Amino acid sequence: MVRVLHSHPGGVHPADHKAESNATPIRTMPLLPRYVVPLRQHIGTPTRALVQVGDNILKGQRIGAAEGPVSAAVHAPTSGRVVAVGPSPTPHPSGLYDPAIVIESDGEDRAVAFTPLDWQTLDPATLRLRVRDLGLAGLGGAVFPSHLKLKPGVHTLILNGAECEPWITCDDRLMRERAAEVLGGAALMARITGARSVLAGIEDNKPQAIAALRDAVNRLDSGLAADLTFEITPIPTRYPGGGGKQLIQTLTGLEVPSGGLSTELGIQMFNVGTAYGLYRAVTLGEPMFSRIVTVTGHVAQPGNFEARIGTPIGDLIAAAGGALPGASGELVGGPMMGFDLMDLAAPATKAVNCIIVKSPELFPAKPAALPCIRCGACARACPASLQPFELYWFSRAKDFGKAQSYHLFDCIECGCCAYVCPSHIPLVDYYRFAKSEIWAREREKQAADQARVRHEFKTFRAEREKQEKAEKFAKAAAETKAKSTASGEAAAASGEDAEAAKKKALLEAALARAAQAKAEQAAAGITPKNTDNLPPAVAREIAEIDARREQAGAADAPATPDATPSTPHS
Amino acid sequence: MLAAILVMAGIGLVLGGILGWASVRFRVEDDPLVEKIDAILPQTQCGQCGFPGCKPYAEAIAKGEADINQCPPGGDDGIKRLAELLGVDPKPLGEGLEPKPKAVAIIDESTCIGCTLCIQACPVDAIVGAAKQMHVIVADQCTGCELCLPPCPVDCIHMVVVKEDLASWKWRYPIHALRQIH
Repeated sequence: MVRVLHSHPGGVHPADHKAESNATPIRTMPLLPRYVVPLRQHIGTPTRALVQVGDNILKGQRIGAAEGPVSAAVHAPTSGRVVAVGPSPTPHPSGLYDPAIVIESDGEDRAVAFTPLDWQTLDPATLRLRVRDLGLAGLGGAVFPSHLKLKPGVHTLILNGAECEPWITCDDRLMRERAAEVLGGAALMARITGARSVLAGIEDNKPQAIAALRDAVNRLDSGLAADLTFEITPIPTRYPGGGGKQLIQTLTGLEVPSGGLSTELGIQMFNVGTAYGLYRAVTLGEPMFSRIVTVTGHVAQPGNFEARIGTPIGDLIAAAGGALPGASGELVGGPMMGFDLMDLAAPATKAVNCIIVKSPELFPAKPAALPCIRCGACARACPASLQPFELYWFSRAKDFGKAQSYHLFDCIECGCCAYVCPSHIPLVDYYRFAKSEIWAREREKQAADQARVRHEFKTFRAEREKQEKAEKFAKAAAETKAKSTASGEAAAASGEDAEAAKKKALLEAALARAAQAKAEQAAAGITPKNTDNLPPAVAREIAEIDARREQAGAADAPATPDATPSTPHS
Repeated sequence: MLAAILVMAGIGLVLGGILGWASVRFRVEDDPLVEKIDAILPQTQCGQCGFPGCKPYAEAIAKGEADINQCPPGGDDGIKRLAELLGVDPKPLGEGLEPKPKAVAIIDESTCIGCTLCIQACPVDAIVGAAKQMHVIVADQCTGCELCLPPCPVDCIHMVVVKEDLASWKWRYPIHALRQIH
């Protein structure tokens, strides 16, 4: 059966530069004295270091544990001693340091005992946890933790061997040399996810890889292959044919909706490198501590290397014969989506599939950008059917809301628009800027919302505590009152009259007490006055007022303020 | 003529009645403008605007009692968004107010005497501790308002500027060389 292929919109045909590195077999990197294993190698939460400085570790030992739902473990690439746990250079466009475990190898390369996964009897949830703890993450570039994708509920598993970026040949060599393992991994993935058919999409500039995989289908273990259909499909070479949504559209004609996932269509996709990793994880119990990296460009012997995760990129370039004279920097990833490396000490992580040493001949400096002439070439090249020029204007004007409404987040940053732009505008830089600004604002908004809720609760709690205190006082006062009433003379009386009588009795008692106190003071010759130590002027004034009062016949005023009976607080 | 006047008057009465009824029936208790302003404010609750928190400042702006340029943590961006919302011109930050880089408070644990004064001062309950026990600040919840600094009797709290890391790093605005014109 010949599959009818469809086409994805847009795309470009850059010079593929595959021949430089795909002619020689994968070389294994020699054991190095030092490895730098970053704790953050995948999308999601960074791992938590399980080792401390001075710990002796073995190859394949888990040194970083997965944290949170989106995370995958990291493992020691060789045996040796942990010499540092802390900020180290990472392969990242920012050049910022990120926590990593630095290992000094002891040269013995002793490994922990690996136990194969019994995938047929393990329940799916446990199996996924084991896959997470073996550190599997997508090797196609996005490094999404694989265990999250190994969930049942799909009918088709697509094996992505398109490798559409120029220069990169690591998947090509892997398929040629280790086709059986790659296909075995794909079969396992299909079994775990419940997919009935396995579709491999490979660009037609890799005929040997296609032949190798087809051959592997015939030789696949019958137990593993039972009930599964395999199709190894060459697809036209047109960048970005290996983009997830583009490959699905080419192979099936189905379009993944904006903001949606391929699983909604019953399709799950894995990179061939990930399939190979899963095969080794399941059949050998081996964690993901190495990957194939293409080292190409302006180097003496370009090729592919099986590099342990944590291999400094400088050592990789040295293994490829070193950079030739006139090298002008390094690219991590391909020329379309990659970024400039800031530090040669940064290690190869699970995300690093290719290192390109640049030279002015291979990568001439881009001419200065000119104004947009509204030619629309970018819109014709866009594989996501977006309008890149609109996105550019909105991003440049920092009108992020508008950019989002033009589906900025459907942009896969493939670089086709910038590639075809006759004005050489670095369009993708603008989209990346806009995206990270939007994300930052989203984070700020979430933090603000949280602060608002916490502040409101704090205010509410303060108010509540105040109220509770007041109530407590009131209760205590009422109790005191009740007690004094109980011991009062009018305790026997009842009803409202009794209450009034009680009050009257209290009042009278208080008045009597006050009168008695006054009499006692008078007897002792004390005049109850608080006007003793006053300046003469004030004393004179008071005397005048008193005199006026006497004249007005107000001398027998009901009661002086200090004789007022004190009533309990209510 | 009379009929026309009566008809118009009748329509006026009916519509007026509907409007009157609607204003009672669909009355909005809270001022929605306050909510909108509050949503723009950064919720640091720092009081640098002279009001005891972001909500009171938002209320004051809504009533026209406060200017839109009194919030340093919101910065120029915040002023711009407030200006857009209220239909006024943006203006520079008020006199004597300086925007600062985002910082979080850190308690020097060896100096802390456990007096709980900072806990009472924290507007967002980001400090954990009890009397005579060491206190600690939950960095994720700290808004960097600095309200915990003055009450501390032993000056054991200081502000640390938040550094950029891989999670918070942002792509910069593309700056490309201008073409030289000969």
